[in-house]
Amino acid sequence: MTMGEAGLASALAFFAFVSFLGAAMGHDAAFSFHASLACAASLISVIMIGNRYLDRPAELPPAEIGGRPNYNLGPIKFASAMAMFWGIAGFAVGLIIASQLAWPALNFDLPWTTFGRLRPLHTSAVIFAFGGNVLIATSFYVVQKTCRTRLAGDLSPWFVVVGYNFFILIAGTGYLLGVTQSKEYAEPEWYADLWLTIVWVTYLLVFLMTLVKRKEPHIFVANWFYLAFIITIAVLHLGNNPALPVSFLGSKSYIAWGGVQDAMFQWWYGHNAVGFFLTAGFLAIMYYFIPKRAERPVYSYRLSIIHFWALIFLYIWAGPHHLHYTALPDWAQTLGMTFSIMLWMPSWGGMINGLMTLSGAWDKLRTDPVLRMMVVSVAFYGMSTFEGPMMSIKVVNSLSHYTDWTIGHVHSGALGWVGFVSFGALYCLVPWLWNRQLYSLKLVNWHFWIATIGIVLYISAMWVSGILQGLMWRAYTSLGFLEYSFIESVEAMHPFYIIRAAGGALFLVGALIMAFNLWMTVNAGQASETEGAGALQPAE
Amino acid sequence: MSLWNRHKIFEKNSIILIVGILAVIAIGGLVEITPLFYLKSTIEAVDGVRPYTPLELAGRNIYVREGCYLCHSQMIRPLRDEVERYGHYSLAAESMYDHPFQWGSKRTGPDLARVGGKYSDDWHVTHLINPRSIVPQSVMPGYPALARTELDPSDAAAHLRTNRAIGVPYTDEQIANAAADLKAQVDPDSPGSDAFQKRYPKAVVRNFDGKAGNPTELDALIAYLQMLGTLVDFKLYNEKANLR
Repeated sequence: MTMGEAGLASALAFFAFVSFLGAAMGHDAAFSFHASLACAASLISVIMIGNRYLDRPAELPPAEIGGRPNYNLGPIKFASAMAMFWGIAGFAVGLIIASQLAWPALNFDLPWTTFGRLRPLHTSAVIFAFGGNVLIATSFYVVQKTCRTRLAGDLSPWFVVVGYNFFILIAGTGYLLGVTQSKEYAEPEWYADLWLTIVWVTYLLVFLMTLVKRKEPHIFVANWFYLAFIITIAVLHLGNNPALPVSFLGSKSYIAWGGVQDAMFQWWYGHNAVGFFLTAGFLAIMYYFIPKRAERPVYSYRLSIIHFWALIFLYIWAGPHHLHYTALPDWAQTLGMTFSIMLWMPSWGGMINGLMTLSGAWDKLRTDPVLRMMVVSVAFYGMSTFEGPMMSIKVVNSLSHYTDWTIGHVHSGALGWVGFVSFGALYCLVPWLWNRQLYSLKLVNWHFWIATIGIVLYISAMWVSGILQGLMWRAYTSLGFLEYSFIESVEAMHPFYIIRAAGGALFLVGALIMAFNLWMTVNAGQASETEGAGALQPAE
Repeated sequence: MSLWNRHKIFEKNSIILIVGILAVIAIGGLVEITPLFYLKSTIEAVDGVRPYTPLELAGRNIYVREGCYLCHSQMIRPLRDEVERYGHYSLAAESMYDHPFQWGSKRTGPDLARVGGKYSDDWHVTHLINPRSIVPQSVMPGYPALARTELDPSDAAAHLRTNRAIGVPYTDEQIANAAADLKAQVDPDSPGSDAFQKRYPKAVVRNFDGKAGNPTELDALIAYLQMLGTLVDFKLYNEKANLR
């Protein structure tokens, strides 16, 4: 047994004991439930580590076989499968809450099924569960291939993917039970946050140590973006979440920051969760998968340098545009607006670099729906990174803020950019990982069109409803009275909420087609003729 | 050309790349966040803002738990229509004891920053249990379970103590009497209600859910909603004194 196996097994055994105590002595049911989950998960992990030790050959897998790197694909396969699972779960919950806004009876008036508890489940499932697993899977793949070396660590990559998904489980079940600290996109309570910190630091170390032992002289541009994503998310997570639990045996905590400072911390975090989780990480995917699929080099090396540093520098400042006209001091709002507008430039730098990579290969858009999906995702990226700076202008924001326009903006980024680039990456990755040919390109084409129509329905419905809402709230009669009561604006939203739900349903249907396609690829697909990922031995 | 060559140092050394990233991302946050902790103009000096009573705090925690902030903001912007619809624009001081803040980001329902006193307790009881019985076009979920769930007074003191540890100025007396105050606020006839009012001047003592017996979650949530935005007396508030 290696030091790593023995160490992790005993750490997990100890953790199982501690969580058993926590489950027995917990002050509230949710805490005890989560402690029992932690106890069970730790025990199962100890058993699996033991089994793996007994089953594996005496030697650990070699770093190289016959002079070629022996890539570690097991954890990547796991994260890819989890991404597909959570994606469908997250889209389905999104459809449910969209329908609840159109038909409120669907809340069922039970504590666990109301909009307020399901909405964080939706956002976390799509951003952190779906998006996070895509990012971990692709980053582990890209860093190995572009460094020509096996992933660092033996058990640690497994700890990252399994530990991260356990965090998702704790966070998601917590929302349903009412365990939340109410900071948007950072809702998990203190113990889930602590666990995520451990997992994330391990993730950083695995990624960094793989970079350190690379066989290539240069670090490939995609890895700069992955590294910026991993480091910045760590900083944001630590900055936004310091909290003091009421009891170390209970789920409730109070955040250290209060009022206006908490608001600033929250949107510094919130906007950069967009900037670094949903942008930098997925730009890394763009920088590897689009050139690879199009078989063209990245368009401009210099543009990638400029837009990388400009993007990560400017993004951090943009948070206060979520707080225009609030009690946040004006100087901070103005800074946030100014930098948000400047952010347009590096964002489009990235878009241009992605799109122009197709120079000389544009004809492939006709024949390859996977490449088309990724290119359209970059186009959506360009659109929403224009819309964002526009909405951050204070006058525009005075109309758009608090309305559905924001929801539409987020979804053109989330469905169009993050969703499509992830789908494209998974359509590439799954055949490479399992050494198969993709089961059906025709189904990819169906997925593409159904999902695209879904997105168009979604975002146009939200533009109309958002602007309508904003205008109704500020409308005056000729006598100088407010023209509409608030509830009239709610009533006016009804048709658009139905259209939005229909758009979401189409997006979900597309994802189900994708899941079927990938399932058939893995289980019934033909072996790939090309070497694919070059898996030289079966993954564990 | 030479400048582009300089970039190699980041591409060839992962530690230098990390240091570079950390330096670049640190600047914006430091400039925007740190001054908020020492610039005196950030939070206005006003009279009336006090920490939440144990019952209001419990109600606030229910507000957080149920995700009310996802559809209701608590931040009135200084725009003509908002001030006419909701009342005086929100001050930073009004949420200075809020851990976490509840300004929100979306108005699927109306802003609640000054909902206190706008409707009767009865209205809230009916509306929270079944919103469409009062507002037929509403899309809000009903929360009938709140009326059935009693509060647990035993950890009221721990909640106040935790808040004090992160900067909310609760007194020893307030912490010592937290459990009793939680009950006293729903029972105007109880012997404890006078002492309670001394500890929390101007706090409302009422049987919020209209039912006798121990305070319920519905009591707590209504107590919280009914005090929102009522602490500062804007007849006396001098805007000029707080010019930034």
